[in-house]
Amino acid sequence: MAMNFNRRGFLKLAGLGGVGVVFASKLPGMAYAAGGDDFYFVHMSDAHWGFEGPPNPDSAGTLKKAVAAVNSLETQPDFIMFTGDLTHTTDDPMERRKRLAGFREIVAKLKVNTVRFMPGEHDASLDNGKAFKEFFGSTHYTFDHKGVHFIVVDNVSDPRALIGDEQLAWLAADLKQQKRDAPIVVFTHRPLFDLYPQWDWATLDGKKAIDLLMPYKNVTVFYGHIHQENHKMTGHIAHHAAKGLMYPLPAPGSLPKRVPLPWDPRAPYKGLGFREIDAEVDSAKLEIAEYPVAKKS
Amino acid sequence: MRFQMNRRRLTGAAVLIAAGCGGFLAAAHSALPKERVIKITTKRFEYNPSVITLKKGEPVTLEFEALDIVMGFKLPDFGVRTDVIPGKKTRLHLVPMKTGTFVFLCDIFCGAGHEDMNGKLVVVE
Repeated sequence: MAMNFNRRGFLKLAGLGGVGVVFASKLPGMAYAAGGDDFYFVHMSDAHWGFEGPPNPDSAGTLKKAVAAVNSLETQPDFIMFTGDLTHTTDDPMERRKRLAGFREIVAKLKVNTVRFMPGEHDASLDNGKAFKEFFGSTHYTFDHKGVHFIVVDNVSDPRALIGDEQLAWLAADLKQQKRDAPIVVFTHRPLFDLYPQWDWATLDGKKAIDLLMPYKNVTVFYGHIHQENHKMTGHIAHHAAKGLMYPLPAPGSLPKRVPLPWDPRAPYKGLGFREIDAEVDSAKLEIAEYPVAKKS
Repeated sequence: MRFQMNRRRLTGAAVLIAAGCGGFLAAAHSALPKERVIKITTKRFEYNPSVITLKKGEPVTLEFEALDIVMGFKLPDFGVRTDVIPGKKTRLHLVPMKTGTFVFLCDIFCGAGHEDMNGKLVVVE
């Protein structure tokens, strides 16, 4: 199915740290067409493959629609990043692997050659990431792309929502190799800051990671977990939560309980989606464009 | 296990002392008037009781016992948490100094029902 998405609006971040937010309309491809080293990537999160229930009557089809939507982008991204909860949790280790395999089979249909993964607590917290590693490799790693340094931080394999001292030391050693003005993008599953601890929307030792990142001028964090957009600054560091791909969750503290928002038959897939991030490397800018999973019928 | 079982935090809203079964608890109690002990059990994926009502300023001890697996108890509005480990009683000393209804939750991902494992602390005048 061919889908042509028009950008609904850009969240333009002046500086990779995200200082100064303006909205602008742009045509697909403009940002990365202008400069030789500019590029864009796609951020997807919280597919929860294996979930079944009234919050998504199309639970078996939504991820496939999202894959089709990304494949329909006029210009394909340089890479795609999934920030965890690829699968919905299960207490059965065999079923966990079945779900991871099912997820992998679906995303294998993405046209983009480079697709990167990290776990969410649903994937990794019950076995410290063992099954995830069997399918997707390390739960924390770095990579560089066209002048931007990317750091994937695992804050879920420890079920206490800890990054842990060992990984924090690894992070500190990696950052030491970076210039203070280097463009740095961090991916996590949970928020590094206390977004809403009453709903477990936090990382127990996340402040230690933020403290390590603070000396660097151009840091942006992208994460998942909360199944909705959220934009927050901790000092000069911007944190952007992504929509999910299975069911949306309520705004922090807006309801007595953290339960999926009900499916709206008048607006199916409402609240679900993925995003593009355009990186303008020379000017150290990121721009975010949000996309729905499926067009309105 | 990196998280410390014995943990003490002081906040403006409450005085809380988390302790295991060691002498720390006895030392803490020796400085406090006799207080009510509220026993709370945990099992997949619930606290019993799940609603705890206290009076503002009333010193109490929350005594936890895990009936199956390791769970967490976190009371974010009072800045305190503890592990709840099978075979080991864990105690939190609490003097709530503000009224209201406060969520507590398991903060150790414990299984398919983890996200529903929470309760309420109600503090009245």
